[in-house]
Amino acid sequence: MTEFVRDSLDHCVKCTICESFCPYSQATPLFPGPKYVGPQAERFRRTGVSPDISVDYCSGCGICTQVCPQGVKIAEINSQARAQLWEERGIPLRNQLIARPSVLGRLGTPVAPLANWTLRNRVLRRIGERALGIHRDAALPRFAGRTFQRWARKHVSPAAERTVVYFHACGTNYYEPSVGQMTVEVLEHNGFHVVVPPQDCCGLPLQSNGNFPAARAYVRRLAANLAPYAREGCAIVSNSTSCGLMLKREAREILDVEDEDVAVVSEAMYDLCEFLFLLHERGELRTDFAPLELTVPYHAPCQQQGHGIGKPALDLFALVPGLQAIELDADCCGIAGTYGLKKEKYEISMTVGERLFSQLRESNGDVAACDSETCRWQIEHGAGIHAVHPIEVLHRAYGLGH
Amino acid sequence: MPTLETEVLVVGGGSTGAGVARDAAMRGFATILVERGDLATGTTGRFHGLLHSGGRYAVKDPVAARECVVENPILRRTAADCIEDTGGLFVSTRWDDPGFGDDFLRGCQATGIPVEEVPVAEVLRREPRLDQGITRAFAVPDANLDPWKLVSACTRSATEYGARILPYHRVLGLEVSDDKVVGARVHNEVAGDELEIRAELVINAAGAWAGQIANLAGCVVTVLPGKGIMIAMNHRLVNTVINRCKPPSDGDIIVPIRTVSVIGTTDVRVADPDELEVTPGEIDEMLDEGEKLVPGFREARALRVWAGARPLYTPDDVTDTRDVSRTHTVLDHAKRDGVEGFITITGGKTTTFRLMAEHAVDTACEKLGVNRRCRTHEEPLPGSEEERFYWLGARVRAQEPVPNSEEIICECELITRRQLTEAIARGRPAGLDDVRRRVRLAMGPCQGGFCIYRATGILHEFEHLDHQAANSALLDFLQERWKGVQPILHGDQLRQARLDDWIFQGLLAVEHLPE
Ligand SMILES: Cc1cc2nc3c(=O)[nH]c(=O)nc-3n(C[C@H](O)[C@H](O)[C@H](O)COP(=O)(O)OP(=O)(O)OC[C@H]3O[C@@H](n4cnc5c(N)ncnc54)[C@H](O)[C@@H]3O)c2cc1C
Ligand code: SF4
Ligand code: SF4
Ligand code: SF4
Repeated sequence: MTEFVRDSLDHCVKCTICESFCPYSQATPLFPGPKYVGPQAERFRRTGVSPDISVDYCSGCGICTQVCPQGVKIAEINSQARAQLWEERGIPLRNQLIARPSVLGRLGTPVAPLANWTLRNRVLRRIGERALGIHRDAALPRFAGRTFQRWARKHVSPAAERTVVYFHACGTNYYEPSVGQMTVEVLEHNGFHVVVPPQDCCGLPLQSNGNFPAARAYVRRLAANLAPYAREGCAIVSNSTSCGLMLKREAREILDVEDEDVAVVSEAMYDLCEFLFLLHERGELRTDFAPLELTVPYHAPCQQQGHGIGKPALDLFALVPGLQAIELDADCCGIAGTYGLKKEKYEISMTVGERLFSQLRESNGDVAACDSETCRWQIEHGAGIHAVHPIEVLHRAYGLGH
Repeated sequence: MPTLETEVLVVGGGSTGAGVARDAAMRGFATILVERGDLATGTTGRFHGLLHSGGRYAVKDPVAARECVVENPILRRTAADCIEDTGGLFVSTRWDDPGFGDDFLRGCQATGIPVEEVPVAEVLRREPRLDQGITRAFAVPDANLDPWKLVSACTRSATEYGARILPYHRVLGLEVSDDKVVGARVHNEVAGDELEIRAELVINAAGAWAGQIANLAGCVVTVLPGKGIMIAMNHRLVNTVINRCKPPSDGDIIVPIRTVSVIGTTDVRVADPDELEVTPGEIDEMLDEGEKLVPGFREARALRVWAGARPLYTPDDVTDTRDVSRTHTVLDHAKRDGVEGFITITGGKTTTFRLMAEHAVDTACEKLGVNRRCRTHEEPLPGSEEERFYWLGARVRAQEPVPNSEEIICECELITRRQLTEAIARGRPAGLDDVRRRVRLAMGPCQGGFCIYRATGILHEFEHLDHQAANSALLDFLQERWKGVQPILHGDQLRQARLDDWIFQGLLAVEHLPE
């Protein structure tokens, strides 16, 4: 599979389409662009010593792979090159740290008020920037203080004919448990019995920080927890676009994991909005939406676009009477998971996000919608507008609000 | 007719001729080298790129094997910049007799080739693309060798020792007076005029053309051109030289060299080394054999195909060129044919080019009545003084930490405007194809689609070409490239060719350029 990714460089015809779409190479001279670091530089790699560090400035947003008309797996090639680079050089402490959201979550949750205060204290953030290289101004989430798992363990999902498995991922567990609750309630409202198996991180942040061995271990463990349900024919849904993509595709394509559990789970994996809209297409989605007089600018995050499923959130919004959704066409918010947290990349990340931020500001929306949690934090930080997962809008339209 | 005088005149600018010119100049002879085209455009520039460990000859040709054993470490020391130390493997695939491995081991031990059997699992970890069904593997010190860098370093060194190197000078005739060769009549292929070069000794290093040159002095030398084809694949499918562990046959070696991997080769006796046709059947055979070593080979992108002619000196009547020993021969035509002042050095291989040159110049010393020691095994070539091997990543590394801060002309092979103009300044190129060999211009996947029109513009500006010369430089290059690309067009490369075609025909209307 790794070879499958590398081999795709053979399809490049040098058309430069990817270069004209990469938001990051446009924002910084330090990053030479997808064609250069992808299919071109790859022909000079694999001698045991990485020739380039500039590949580290690729955010992994995956836009290049989506736009390449020849099917070159550019972002995936870059990701593997980055992993090789860090394998040779050793991964900095910072990247080790921010790549383990579940560890951070377990540490931060019991002491949430203190942790949140620390993360927002200017002095401490300046020290953190110097000591760890996490930019003092970068958007960091707030610990919710209670995990989604705790809620789920107490929650009794009503019996129903159909069962669906919910993979909530770390962001929901530690920072946004309410999004998880709303997801469960919307699925139950549509006649599903919702199972929430015990689960840990999918390994994606480790992968994007170049630690493939650890990422593989995480994704294998997670898949082992989910696989029994997939084998019974249950769909698995996730509101985390990037983590869902990890299970759907990246574990196999980028991490090169050949594992039966991962294989069955990847087949059963659905993005939450994708799943709901597929229900609608089969006439199985309840459309008892109450009118919602809201203007909602919607940003489809890159990882969501990586699913290749269009923008089902917008299709769902169209079912809600009164709802005024605005499709934004900026490519990327700039955070790219943990990219924009890094001291040396924060400015690049804000430059990349500026197009989206100004569209958001001009939209005069009541609230922004975006499927990915890190992107929502970045949007709130950069554009100063409250941002929610699309499920929150639907939850309200169904009248399930607390 | 203008006349030049020299002690030694070398005919042929391949690895042999360049090596001879350097050795002769280092031993203090006034030396001139003439080559009918650009340097290394004969067999040397069309070879497989393998610095032999000797493994290939271990079983069948122990003399040739032993020469490689001696020369391989010498070149690693003196020509490091032209070599990438990839290492080599001999692998028994499921199509090969595993028993041959024992013959191979014995052959290596008998000829002194450093060899080690490596567990298959380890080999597959190192080279994951190899067929999983291989049964045995042996590691040997094969490496790759860049022919253009090698010849260029040799001629540079020769020049530093006072030699004159004359590319684009074709020998039309040899002057023979009183059974002695006293010089040559030479045609300047660029300027179009003729000159005479008077020499005390002419060394015929014309490779597969050596018979033709010998003929000019009335000597009969039978050199059987053995045609071999090679196909360059777009990237490195392997990073080690991979040989099939079996008696030498067609398509049994993959050499990773620079950004590509090259599969080869064949051995077909042909009449004329200038007429090397590549047939679809031969291409199929290469791809089939490639598939046996690396599954998926057929789907991988093939960039271009070419053929070279082995200079196989044949004392008697031999019909299968593969049976001719791969060692070299120095012929003193005084002893052999009664013609004084004339030596032919032929056969051999690029791996042993230095040794060939040494033997030829030893004979020259003998004939000229002097005793001067050869030093080419001690003195590194220019660029290799630090004994550091070439590293594939070098061109990417050179761009760091802020790539694209210099204008890049050839994106596939990462050639900057500065590198290109320096290459042009190194000696007036007769065309873009010469520039190609100097810096690997247009040798990547797009085969010049994006860089050749840029390079034409730069050549035009730099050499103050008029529009006709610039146009024909472009057209000649496209024509030349088409020859190498056309026979293997399929899959990805076909798609590229279509795009290139739109650029050159659709956008630039090259077929309608003013003459
Ligand atoms: C397919 C193939 C693969 C090979 N692979 C390898 C390998 O992997 N490793 C290895 O070590 N060896 C290899 N060899 C062998 C090696 O390439 C040759 O032995 C070597 O290149 C010969 O060099 P040369 O200088 O003798 O001949 P050439 O390079 O052919 O030089 C002779 C020159 O004489 C010039 N000439 C001809 N007529 C005239 C004239 N009238 N006036 C002036 N100049 C003239 C020609 O233009 C030519 O440039 C391979 C050979 C072939 C055919
Ligand atoms: S878009 Fe695809 S084909 Fe075009 S240059 Fe980029 S990688 Fe190559
Ligand atoms: S993954 Fe994103 S940042 Fe990286 S090269 Fe592709 S488009 Fe650019
Ligand atoms: S952070 Fe959001 S918008 Fe940015 S790269 Fe990731 S998914 Fe895309």
